[in-house]
Amino acid sequence: MPPSKFAQPPPPEAPPEAPPESPPEATSPPEVNSPPQGAAAQPPALPGGTSSSLATSLHVGHVVTDADPKPPVIYETLRHEDNVLEIEKFNLWYGPKQALFDVTMGVPRGKVTALIGPSGCGKSTLLRSVNRINDLIDHVRIDGEMKLLGQSIYARDVDVIQLRKRMGMVFQKPNPFPMSIFENVVYSLRIDGERRRGVLAQVCEESLRSAALWDEVKDRLTESALSLSGGQQQRLCIARAIAAEPEILLMDEPCSALDPIATGRIEDLIASLKGDYTILMVTHNMQQASRSSDYTVFMYLGNLIEYGPTIHIFTNPRLRQTEDYITGRFG
Amino acid sequence: MSAAAPPTSSPSPPPRPAKARLPRQRRRASGPAVALLARGEPWVWLTGGTLTVCLAMIVGLMLLVLYQGLVTFWPQPVVRMQLADGRTLMGEVTRREADRSQAPAAEAPAPPSQPTAAADPHRDLLRTGNFELTGAHFAWVDEADVKQRSQPRWALVVERVEWGRFYGLPLAILQDSQPLADARNLEGPAQEDACRQIYTLFEQYHQQARAQRQRVTDLETHQIGQLSRQLEESRLTIRQAELRFGLNSPQHQQAAAEAQALRAGIDKQLADLREEIQTLKAQNARVQLLLATADGRTKSLPLADVVRLYPANQLTLAGKLKVYLSRWWEFVSAWPREANSEGGVFPAIYGTVLMTLLMSIAVVPFGVMAALYLREYARGGWIVSLVRIAINNLAGVPSIVFGVFGLGFFCYIVGAGIDQLLFAAQLPNPTFGKGGLLWASLTLALLTLPVVIVATEEALAAVPRSMREGSYACGASKWQTVRRIVLPRAMPGIMTGAILAMARGAGEVAPLMLVGAAKLAPELPADAAFPFLHPQRSFMHLGFHIYDLGFQSQNSEAAKPMVFTTTLLLILLVALLNITAIRLRSRLRRRFVGNQF
Repeated sequence: MPPSKFAQPPPPEAPPEAPPESPPEATSPPEVNSPPQGAAAQPPALPGGTSSSLATSLHVGHVVTDADPKPPVIYETLRHEDNVLEIEKFNLWYGPKQALFDVTMGVPRGKVTALIGPSGCGKSTLLRSVNRINDLIDHVRIDGEMKLLGQSIYARDVDVIQLRKRMGMVFQKPNPFPMSIFENVVYSLRIDGERRRGVLAQVCEESLRSAALWDEVKDRLTESALSLSGGQQQRLCIARAIAAEPEILLMDEPCSALDPIATGRIEDLIASLKGDYTILMVTHNMQQASRSSDYTVFMYLGNLIEYGPTIHIFTNPRLRQTEDYITGRFG
Repeated sequence: MSAAAPPTSSPSPPPRPAKARLPRQRRRASGPAVALLARGEPWVWLTGGTLTVCLAMIVGLMLLVLYQGLVTFWPQPVVRMQLADGRTLMGEVTRREADRSQAPAAEAPAPPSQPTAAADPHRDLLRTGNFELTGAHFAWVDEADVKQRSQPRWALVVERVEWGRFYGLPLAILQDSQPLADARNLEGPAQEDACRQIYTLFEQYHQQARAQRQRVTDLETHQIGQLSRQLEESRLTIRQAELRFGLNSPQHQQAAAEAQALRAGIDKQLADLREEIQTLKAQNARVQLLLATADGRTKSLPLADVVRLYPANQLTLAGKLKVYLSRWWEFVSAWPREANSEGGVFPAIYGTVLMTLLMSIAVVPFGVMAALYLREYARGGWIVSLVRIAINNLAGVPSIVFGVFGLGFFCYIVGAGIDQLLFAAQLPNPTFGKGGLLWASLTLALLTLPVVIVATEEALAAVPRSMREGSYACGASKWQTVRRIVLPRAMPGIMTGAILAMARGAGEVAPLMLVGAAKLAPELPADAAFPFLHPQRSFMHLGFHIYDLGFQSQNSEAAKPMVFTTTLLLILLVALLNITAIRLRSRLRRRFVGNQF
């Protein structure tokens, strides 16, 4: 499935792999120079004042290794944000294949951060690494560090189950559980052994109200969640994710399986959740990213390329590569 | 590409179409046959034809069973045949077949003289009954030998408790050897009236006689049975005391003394019961029916021995229907008689259902747990593959092998161990150390285990990954995910496995012969006596009953129709169990799976 290209008619000459590499190479070094060390909180010594010479040296080195990254462009404004999640030099391999290369970024509190990029660029992998859902896949190997409110996610003594309870996740396809609407929403409480009807009912109502679903389902809470429409199911999944009051909400293309009207509702919902929840969202739909996110991360081939305020990324990206993708010239 | 073409416009067009056409021609060269193949018409016919053949075979088998099973109990007219050699036979024609053997026709001098026989040479299988007089239940009659055929108006079909059917004409009904009604030495309408009177009187007395006979059976089995159980228990108490405290220990002597007292009381009760039985039997013997066979012999039958009696040649449709339904009712509700070839199969139905249920209770949790571990917890690797292969191979092991295993392991090792531990007093009589309901159920559970495991594994694998991930993302542990999401979602598939296992288990016979099915079980494996379920008892099974009727019965010709009715019943039973399970499954499916969009 090719990534949906917004706005422009699909450019006919966009083969997925080769061409994007060459044009940015020609243009990107000077742009890297202009925001020298835009990187956020903790970039190590790599891009310093000498980034120009480093870039050229990297450029020379490029003859040998193709995937070698240029330093990511991370905007200055991000440095002032209070990060809920810190990702530091995160690498991930599926068997022998490396999917993420030294990703370093922070996710600011109370903001919506969108991950964009062509298919297979590692957006979903990064997202799924945050709550360690990737652990379920065999032969996954990681390197680097992630911290949720300063606590390491990948440390040896971390209880993954406790960790996941602090995060909510919404998946690409709505995945309501085979049980009633009510039980779906309070699932995370149930597994913690909560039995008080009053508490459950209250959480259920609050979550469904937050997910803008309460009015539609309040009379049929005991019905199977599978009887809902696709859009309702997805909002139910969001309600389920926020029922546990997570510190960060992960959304993996939450609208890709929905029609435009349902998508619009989910976007409204995301807008209303903003502020109360920190949201990290993967999306293929760039209009959606531009509409509903505060910050946008552009990833390509497992590398973080550019990360900054959405309005900058979409109107005036610093890298040619980002611009090409945004305008639909490749991807 | 298109930009390169215009400059050399005139020379390039001719070669290009030629190049393009060549492969196209090659592809389409072979004409209509290939096109037909390509469109797939023959494959549609082939697959459709195969399906038709399969359906025809299945439907044919079902129709055969259905027809034969349904027709068995329909009352047939009674035919009297006078043969050329002077014998007279009377009975029901059960089968007719064309006489293709030329040799008997050539030997007998009669056929050439009889043109009708020559035109349609056939022979009839006549069910003549009256086994105690003639020594045969059936007789083949050559059409050529028959001088005269008739259907006597008052020919009676008598189904008896013993000795099979009796065919005869009514002579008299006697009470204490005094005729209540007599048709002897009468002719014409007077005889007719007398016969009618006999029949009416019979119906009058028969009800009471049957009730008394029922009472006798009741006394014999239940009351006496209960007393002898008490006797056995007291014997066991003595034996237990002996085993625990030693011979002639005070406890042993005390138990013996108590048992002595008990026995005296029981003996008294037994004597009373026997007396009552004697009286009832004597009463029953008072009223007798006097019948004449076709060849003029007379036979007196106690009314209580008669199960059913009807004048076959005068029955209206309603009368036939009544006989038919009463036979069916007897078949499904009564105990068998006559070495199983007559009467009902109620204990077999009971045993089959009970065993199938016990088997399901044993196999489903067991198989589901095994599959859960295999699919959810075991790390993929060659060991798991090996286990899967082994399970699939287990499904291909002949069922008799499971029977041998069940006998060797369950009965002789586990059962004998249980006997040693818990039922030492009964030894050397085995309690669990022989075939029984429990061991049969467990053996069949083992036999059907692969079915459940494979079906469950597939059902578990079919649970969408997204659902599991959703659960994990909510902070559920593996077990919580399995218990709350995966199992409910996989439940319809697991039910499918259970249905298949039940169908297989209910129809399985071979292992049962070794581990507990009996030709005739004296007691039901579950009854009102404490502890209600008796897993150590042997039981009757419809499948085994079919085998027994068809191949182990002395009167196999009479038993053959019963084979079909029993088969029909077994099929209906399996269908019923399946339909129940399928309805359950569809309810689960509606609840748990739903359609996604």
